[in-house]
Amino acid sequence: MTEPTGTDRPGRPVRRRRPRGAVPAGPVRASAHVCQAASCLSASSDQVLDALAEQVSEAGLTDVAVKRVGCLGLCAAGPLVQVPETGRLFDRARPDDLGGLVEELRAVRPGTAPGPPAPFFARQVRVATENSGRVDPEDLDDYRARDGYRALETALHAMTPAEVLDQVVGSGLRGRGGAGYPTGLKWTTVAKAAGAQKYVICNADEGDPGAFMDRSVLESDPHRVLEGMAIAGYAVGANRGYVYCRAEYPLAVARLKTAIRLAGRAGLLGADIADTPFEFHVELRLGAGAFVCGEETALIASVQGGRGTPRPRPPYPAVSGLWRSPTLINNVETFANIAPIIRNGGDWYAGIGTPSSTGTKVFALAGRVVNTGLVEVPMGITLREIVYDIGGGIVDGRPFKAVQTGGPSGGCIPEQYLDMPVDYESLKQVGSIMGSGGMIVMDDSSCMVDVARYFMDFCREESCGKCIPCRVGTTQLHTLLTSICEGSATLDDLERLERLSDMVKQTSLCGLGQSAPNPVFSTLRYFRGEYLAHIQDRTCPAGVCGVANREVVRQ
Amino acid sequence: MAVATAIPPAPSDDKRWRIVETRMRRLGQRPDALIEVLHAAQEAFGYLDTDTLEYVARGLGVPLSKVYGVATFYSFFTLKPQGEHACVVCTGTACYINGAGGIVSAIGRGLGVRPGETTPDGRVSLLTARCLGSCSLAPAMILDGEVRGKLTADAVVAELEAL
Repeated sequence: MTEPTGTDRPGRPVRRRRPRGAVPAGPVRASAHVCQAASCLSASSDQVLDALAEQVSEAGLTDVAVKRVGCLGLCAAGPLVQVPETGRLFDRARPDDLGGLVEELRAVRPGTAPGPPAPFFARQVRVATENSGRVDPEDLDDYRARDGYRALETALHAMTPAEVLDQVVGSGLRGRGGAGYPTGLKWTTVAKAAGAQKYVICNADEGDPGAFMDRSVLESDPHRVLEGMAIAGYAVGANRGYVYCRAEYPLAVARLKTAIRLAGRAGLLGADIADTPFEFHVELRLGAGAFVCGEETALIASVQGGRGTPRPRPPYPAVSGLWRSPTLINNVETFANIAPIIRNGGDWYAGIGTPSSTGTKVFALAGRVVNTGLVEVPMGITLREIVYDIGGGIVDGRPFKAVQTGGPSGGCIPEQYLDMPVDYESLKQVGSIMGSGGMIVMDDSSCMVDVARYFMDFCREESCGKCIPCRVGTTQLHTLLTSICEGSATLDDLERLERLSDMVKQTSLCGLGQSAPNPVFSTLRYFRGEYLAHIQDRTCPAGVCGVANREVVRQ
Repeated sequence: MAVATAIPPAPSDDKRWRIVETRMRRLGQRPDALIEVLHAAQEAFGYLDTDTLEYVARGLGVPLSKVYGVATFYSFFTLKPQGEHACVVCTGTACYINGAGGIVSAIGRGLGVRPGETTPDGRVSLLTARCLGSCSLAPAMILDGEVRGKLTADAVVAELEAL
């Protein structure tokens, strides 16, 4: 490597100022919530915020607030602006075309009742994302005005750690990272574990392709996650916490940093929280682009500064985790549910959803669906309601083919199960998993063999290489799937694919390898005909694979 | 835990070494700060070269082999200098379903680069990302730090060629 000089190295990226909006000091008659989460920002919603603040001021509307808020949900139609007093949502807002919005704000009268919500919102129940699109994510006072940190104060002043545990156990909340392990049980294990030093880790390494729930929660309402972590620290007896966040989410990282600083300054994190002896310090740790770090033992290795390779369990991190101390690891969305559970009681939460899968789940609805975006629905809702009522059906009215949940660890659910309730058990029964909440809708333009190959390619590249079944197995499976896609496979190869998938599932060290064959299993189960078409007829029914292209050339 | 006593002198008088040095000092030169320090170094210089890896290894008291191991394990770190413009095409599931593969191959045909490569004139680096989390905008890419969504292959190639 040649000696680099100062000139041939690219400089630091220039940081742009983020606009704050304009909130009047006096009473507010009407307000405009302008989404400043990543999707809308990429459509220049920061310019919309600035322009709107200017135009409202020019129009002399001194009692109108123009507010920076987090995700409003309907990400594909951004930039989004909502007027909460009337419930109207303005989509695709442009800085040079805000006249209608200003008129709407001028016309709001005190006591106006919001109109009925659009179908996209009507079926949703907001718990984890209740503040998304309502609070300013960089303003602690705004969060506190919506009961922010009240749950933490209640826990510290009026509850014992055991009482907090009781509420979480009673809520029936299960891990929202994907596996669905009962949160209360995990907390109880850490609380009981011996050790003077304990840790709380928030897993914000949202690596599933097609999932952006955690990013949205962190960008929209970071304090809620910190509050959940602090309550967890109090319940299990930990005084240190880490948020392990993807470096690919710069806005989420920036807002987390701001939130940690503001909460620390207000005495809500750090020493003597809320004038009690309880202390809880939170640090941010950045991931660096490794899917396997979502696995808890790999995540711990990464927080300790090493390569993110998993280790065999037991011992589980709840007993021996970070620096071999008992460590509680929960997902962002899990922590986001804690404050409302403490405020309203575990029984209230258990009343939402189904008996075995309580509460709500946030899904990132994407793919070939009209309304892509972030939705939060009660457990037990059917897939049809999500895809058709909330999602507005398939783009261009094409036929529905499958819904993919759980990312590379999940499976494809075909049309016949559209009326199945969405809960942990039902999804498992049909060969998929809840996963962290990615929900990709596919139409007839997707080849299911190619989809299986796509996910296997992902697992092959993201395998950490520590254990052989995963390192070599995923590569071999990918080769087999490629030969099927290219039309050079035989029926023997199909049998080999199934045998090898089973072996990788049974013998891999961690969840990545154990679940890597799931997309193969589920596509074989429901779309075996497509595999056979590639092998026997040398055609790709969806017209995606090279085999089909070659057919066309030969004719 | 091995604690490095003093931070070694910077490899050159480039002021950006101070950013790396400050980061090491702030984190108490603890070996577990390795990833954080590499982030700071890559943000300062754009990539991690051998000088940087050696400097960080000495500063944190970590074997160079471990620093190299970590830097090559994580896909976010790059050991090669990037082109003037960085084009990161998302290949996450939503983008894949909506045709990200076609965009990558169109850029390949138009500019003659494969993912991970830089054009010979050093103008554009083509990278792919596993998921940008901008699934509603699929297919999406990040061009010089800005997210662009709902792409078509032709428009992307035209834009890159005009850079």
